[in-house]
Amino acid sequence: MAKESSHPIEPLIKPDIVPPVVQFAVAEKFIEMCRSLSIWPMAFGLACCSLEMMAAGMNRFDLARFGSEVFRPSPRQADLMIVPGTISKKMAPAIVRLYEQMPHPKWVIAFGSCAISGGPFVFKEQYGIIEGIDKLIPVDVYVPGCPPRPEALFEAIFKLQEIIGGKRWWPHPPKEAK
Amino acid sequence: MSGVEWTFIKIVIGMLLILGFIAFNAILLGYGERKISGFIQGRLGPYAVGPHGSLQMMVDMVKLMTKQIITPKKADGFLFWTAPILSFMSVPVLFMVIPFSPSFTVINSGLGIVIILAFSGLNVLALCIGGLGSNNKWSLLGAARAVSQFIAFEVPILLVVLSITLMTGTLSLSEIISKQGGFPWQWNIVLQPIAFVIMFVASLAEMNRVPFDLPEGESELTAGYSTEYGGMGFGLFVLAEYTHIVVASSVITTLFLGGWKGPVFSGIWWFLLKMYILCFIILWIRWAFPRVRFDQLLNLSWKYLIPAGIFNLLATALLVKLF
Repeated sequence: MAKESSHPIEPLIKPDIVPPVVQFAVAEKFIEMCRSLSIWPMAFGLACCSLEMMAAGMNRFDLARFGSEVFRPSPRQADLMIVPGTISKKMAPAIVRLYEQMPHPKWVIAFGSCAISGGPFVFKEQYGIIEGIDKLIPVDVYVPGCPPRPEALFEAIFKLQEIIGGKRWWPHPPKEAK
Repeated sequence: MSGVEWTFIKIVIGMLLILGFIAFNAILLGYGERKISGFIQGRLGPYAVGPHGSLQMMVDMVKLMTKQIITPKKADGFLFWTAPILSFMSVPVLFMVIPFSPSFTVINSGLGIVIILAFSGLNVLALCIGGLGSNNKWSLLGAARAVSQFIAFEVPILLVVLSITLMTGTLSLSEIISKQGGFPWQWNIVLQPIAFVIMFVASLAEMNRVPFDLPEGESELTAGYSTEYGGMGFGLFVLAEYTHIVVASSVITTLFLGGWKGPVFSGIWWFLLKMYILCFIILWIRWAFPRVRFDQLLNLSWKYLIPAGIFNLLATALLVKLF
């Protein structure tokens, strides 16, 4: 599920990362920890997977427990782009523009089969669907499923926290289960 | 030490304490809002970061401070960055004149309520130039809504404050408190119930809180006036909004609920207790009511609150003259 560096397709947009002039190891570790614990997703949906994303914010699953319930409507205030669903060719420019409008540091989760590879829409002579969001923008975590369960989104966010801060915080297994 | 120097030192110390108080309240109200929303919707709210999620807001603030700063290409850079700073700059002044207790008053001004009304108007100026400087249609629409809403609801607030001033004969906040007693039936809310309702509703509208949060209505205008702001520019707007909740609660406490006076042990704790109960009610309303339409919002002010306020003012004047 984690990011594969040897992915065969090069994304359209490559992040240009400038190395910092002076490095403060402790401060950077602290900042990375804070960033990993406060991931605000952008509120948008493309297809049916977005309903699972909404369910993850509701009271049965409650994304708020991990501080990620702040779905910001504006890309300027968001950290994470969850791409939930089928990317049609008409919608692709809008998605790329939304990604470009987000301030750094930003992350992307490809949520569901369609966002990973086109899912059930891959067949000969199909003309309207982009087969995978990673052809357009760099993806950090892939979540398989058609659609994935809300727990899968939780797992993706924990993975993302591991990618950002280098530590997996949750879930702590209950003591009697060990 | 001469009187002027002593006042200056007092203002500097008070300013530092007030800045700490503002940051503390922003974190407390932000956490409270997310927790209360959770409990009202049958969820837990922030739970995992710190004990019961209590460190969530600090983590969020650090993250907001370390985000990339973006100025849109076609935005007016000067106006764009003046807006959040102006929005936050006016709020410490508001706390200067609020009498938390006889000893916790930075400036005991004879014109306290006028200073508060004047400086709380700077917030809407900040929203206006922020929306204008962003060069974004959603921001501009949000700013236009904020301005018309503020103008509509400033009038009933002025009428209500005028009624209280006629009754007590002073504009000083500590004088208004000292005219009230410690027990609930000695508070101004008993003599002026209509004024209290008008003041509370109009304060909600002035702070752009639900059910009157049209300037940032997410379903219509992406994020309203703050659409183009990311990182700490957005953070300053939020900080100012939460501080305005605290200021409005403090003013209502002072004018209607007897301020620092309580049945026993009068002091700052009574003020804080009443203030935080009002803050809690404001957060509670946010998650209990849907948003009104814009024509309903303006009708509420021009058709109901302002006539009621004028009636209340005339009745108060008559009764003050008679007794």
